[in-house]
Amino acid sequence: MLHLLLVFSPLLGSAVAGLFGRLVGARAAQLVTVVAMGVSAVCAVLGLRYVGTEPFTVPVFTWAVVDGFQVEWALRVDSLSAVMMFVVAGISFLIHVYSMGYMAEDPGIPRFFSYLSFFTFAMLMLVTSDNLIQLYFGWEGVGVASYLLIGFWYTRASACAAAIKAFVVNRVGDFGLALGIATIYFVFDSVRFDDIFAAAPELAGSRIAVFGAEFDTLTLVALLLFVGAIGKSAQLPLHTWLPDAMEGPTPVSALIHAATMVTAGVFLVARFSPLFEYTPTALAVVTLIGAATAFFAASVGPAQNDIKRVIAYSTCSQLGYMFAAAGVGAYAVAIFHLFTHAFFKALLFLGAGSVIHALHHEQDLWRMGGLRRKMPVTYATMWIGTLALVGFPLTAGYFSKDAILEATWVSHHAFAGLAFWLLLVSAVLTAFYSGRLMFLAFHGTPRVPELAEHAHESPPVMTVPLLVLAVGALVAGYAGLSMIDPESGFWGAAILTRPDNEVLEAMHGVPALVKWSPTLAMIVGLALAWLFYVRAPELPERLAAAFRPVHRFLVRKWYFDEIYDALFVRPAFTLARALWRGVDLGLIDRFGPDGVAAATLAATRRVVRLQTGYLYHYAFAMLVGVVALVSWYLVVVRP
Amino acid sequence: MSDWPLLSLVTFLPLVGVAFILFIRGEPEVVAQNSRAVALWTALVTFLLSLLIWVNFDPAQPGFQLVEKSPWLAGLGINYYMGVDGISLWFVILSTLLTLVCIVDSWYSVTYRVKEYMIAFLLMDTLMVGVFCALDVVLFYVFFEGILIPMYLIIGVWGGPRRIYAAFKFFLYTLAGSVLFLVALIVMYIQTGTTEIPELMRAEFDPALQWWLWLALFASFAVKIPMWPFHTWLPDAHVEAPTAGSVLLAGILLKLGGYGFVRFSLPMLPDASLAFAPLVFALSVVAVIYTSLVALAQTDMKKLIAYSSVAHMGIVTIGLFSPNAPAITGGIAQMISHGFVSAALFMVVGVVYDRIHSRDIEAYGGLAERMPVYATVFMLMMLASVGLPGTSGFVGEILVIVGAFQVNAWVAALAATGMILGAAYMLYLYRRVIFGPLLKDSLKSIRDMRANEILAFAPLVVLVLFMGVYPQFFLEPITASVGEVLARLEPAAAQLAMR
Repeated sequence: MLHLLLVFSPLLGSAVAGLFGRLVGARAAQLVTVVAMGVSAVCAVLGLRYVGTEPFTVPVFTWAVVDGFQVEWALRVDSLSAVMMFVVAGISFLIHVYSMGYMAEDPGIPRFFSYLSFFTFAMLMLVTSDNLIQLYFGWEGVGVASYLLIGFWYTRASACAAAIKAFVVNRVGDFGLALGIATIYFVFDSVRFDDIFAAAPELAGSRIAVFGAEFDTLTLVALLLFVGAIGKSAQLPLHTWLPDAMEGPTPVSALIHAATMVTAGVFLVARFSPLFEYTPTALAVVTLIGAATAFFAASVGPAQNDIKRVIAYSTCSQLGYMFAAAGVGAYAVAIFHLFTHAFFKALLFLGAGSVIHALHHEQDLWRMGGLRRKMPVTYATMWIGTLALVGFPLTAGYFSKDAILEATWVSHHAFAGLAFWLLLVSAVLTAFYSGRLMFLAFHGTPRVPELAEHAHESPPVMTVPLLVLAVGALVAGYAGLSMIDPESGFWGAAILTRPDNEVLEAMHGVPALVKWSPTLAMIVGLALAWLFYVRAPELPERLAAAFRPVHRFLVRKWYFDEIYDALFVRPAFTLARALWRGVDLGLIDRFGPDGVAAATLAATRRVVRLQTGYLYHYAFAMLVGVVALVSWYLVVVRP
Repeated sequence: MSDWPLLSLVTFLPLVGVAFILFIRGEPEVVAQNSRAVALWTALVTFLLSLLIWVNFDPAQPGFQLVEKSPWLAGLGINYYMGVDGISLWFVILSTLLTLVCIVDSWYSVTYRVKEYMIAFLLMDTLMVGVFCALDVVLFYVFFEGILIPMYLIIGVWGGPRRIYAAFKFFLYTLAGSVLFLVALIVMYIQTGTTEIPELMRAEFDPALQWWLWLALFASFAVKIPMWPFHTWLPDAHVEAPTAGSVLLAGILLKLGGYGFVRFSLPMLPDASLAFAPLVFALSVVAVIYTSLVALAQTDMKKLIAYSSVAHMGIVTIGLFSPNAPAITGGIAQMISHGFVSAALFMVVGVVYDRIHSRDIEAYGGLAERMPVYATVFMLMMLASVGLPGTSGFVGEILVIVGAFQVNAWVAALAATGMILGAAYMLYLYRRVIFGPLLKDSLKSIRDMRANEILAFAPLVVLVLFMGVYPQFFLEPITASVGEVLARLEPAAAQLAMR
């Protein structure tokens, strides 16, 4: 009952706001969704008591039974889903509250809250799924909510383009996931998690012949699922949609494109740990993609001037950290970082939203500056978020990011060593771009005085969620420490680690230098940012001039968008026109119906001469025809 | 109740309405108004009666139910033979529903020859229900071909400027198929001495003969559904047809091809069906990718949706020719869903066409501002068309992909690319029509949907969501009947595997 209320109350709120929003007015629609979300959040907090207990499912109804393809809708409750429900419902509630302030002047309030609550419902469905079809339902449900919210301000061409890009790029990932589901049904004869996990150990090392070749069964399955994860979690090479998704309202960026939806891929890998554990090849790919994305996004971050895009690349990068952790077999560490990241990244986005709100939708860092006195609460809380992100000792990110680096150091999995170094360099870059953001926005003197003059601190309805999240960013690390303690039994049966996977145990034995390396990286990065943007502000300019091609490469985000445009988007349209004009009209129609018609016409002109107008001529011709047909049948077909 | 000839009642009740309309006399305005009213009430009662078929239907039982049989052409041993199974059940109800929807939707928009228009739609109702209930091939063929007559009239009388070309193209394609279909039916009759479909479904034809029969049937069904490369009549027919004509064309007439495959080709010619499956797969995969791309290049809204239909039917044929329960059930589910979704999408085009008289995508933009209800309905149908979970479009698609993967992973993978391409062209269409700023003067005073339009969309909206959330309701009777088809295919499949 608790979980049904938890999952379905946001749906109810969404339906009321969406269907009757016009009728009852913006205020009422807002109130209903926020209250419904509050109920869900309370349930999620209460639901934390199921952490570490025996997993169970809450049946909902039968979706479809076709032969062996049986889909029973049910909510799966275990440590993993309890943590995810807490993060999703909790943060979503705070963001609902914050949006009451942020969206106050928007004409589309009921629509906005309806979408936001629908998103939460779909995300809760995803994390509580008990089978792959239900997971897919949540997976695409959050995708469509993301599409709707990115395109919320639909009159802006850039928002519409970003929305379509997000949906279509995600569909590429979902294509992999769908094939993964098909492969799983082919191999396991079931789409239920329990059946799949139970059968996985026996299938370890077995081969399967599909696509005209032979593959390791579990590796193929795991990699197809991971393609879905790459799309949803904006990893290389399907990351291009996430920065553009910043076109949506900022609360959306905080909830969907930072704290919850984009972490679905990490959740998927952790949920399928009973499968990934048996396929070192797939794990190696996960590590490689994760570490590469972490580095790529961290390298692009310092070259961005839009406050939200900086944070977006940071999200991309941090998700890479999570995948790297999962890839080296430290699923618990990945989820731990997911948990802490949700607090400080939501905080950073909401803080950025507060700044944007104060500056009347100005997002360019170079038009900010000196805001610290105007907006003290935003300033203070954003520093807390930044410190948590860069891993300042004893903040949330300190515990989880350190754990990731330690895990990659001690792990014997493929690419673990490479991942360690990539992540360490990324940590320096993370501290650098985060410091840069804070110094540019809040420190120094206002670069555009008339903008800063009218800036003001946001109303309490926005600052209170900031404060709550700031507390989270400070203490979530301690609070979640038992997640990475192998002795605590925190995860119960929710995450499987094979007996020979001792990453969590070994993490405590790393050399002191490794232990302190992230902290060192943080100090270096922050110091550089201070040097570049406070101490010697002319330096960045000179550096960019000196390394023009490198700078361009980073500003253009490694040219991914340009390459995809030239490789996929434009050829698709060219091919489309060629097929239509060339084949459909030029070939099929020309030689098909139109050709037949022309030929018939030509033949008719000749046949006309045979038309004598005498009935007996026609009758004779028909008779001949019938005789011919019957004899053909008797002679050719019958025997 | 149970001894009433329910199927005949549903089939022929619309003709009573036709008779009534024929007797309406008076001022043109009064005639039009009365014709509308009679047609509406007739279609409504027919629809409600067709729901009684569902009430009296036992979903657990696989065979034909509510069977009626009486001598018809006694000399030839041909009976008037009607019945439904779990597959045709839904198509019967879909037919009566869409007829009703059509009449409500064209309440105000059709003003030319209203009397004849309503007669044509009621005739369509009779013929569509009849074709899905007929259990005798002669009866089936009469309905199957008879449907074309009112459809020609609908396109030819109420259609657009190039209607003659469209009708001719349709005719040319169908003609060859129809003739071969008839020849195949005659050969089957001569071979088995029966014209009863249930009997023929148990008949054992010589494999060599099966090949010829299969090809003859294929010629007819592949044009109807349509499969690539026999599809070029469809965009033209849709573009020229009036909105309600497109609704029935896409909603029901295309399904005759798929229904033909399930009812004739698969159970009667199982060996040939499996032998030709690779051909069907190849054409279907081409259809999915090719027509999705072509849809991307369209500038005409109706053409775009017509091409998307061809792509969706590609998924259907892949499902039908993969001999396992999820795939075939999925193919049928996809047909039902497409009946709701494509019908609604053509009505979506019709709504703005009635106001602006253009199907050109460029003529629109920013409609969300002035037409929020319209934008919402369009959004839902667009998402259903791209197969979003929670809408009806997802059910068939996932079942077909999962099922086809068992047979051939490449086919499943290539079919699944339709997910990506479909999303691209539909979202792109939606963006150009609904999103963006409202700049064009012609659109500044455009009105949102009228009451009759909302009423026409309402059942489709409900069904799209209901089928998406609780597909088991639809799948339960289908699976039972698909079991029958599979039972015929399995020995053939085993034989094929041995070779």
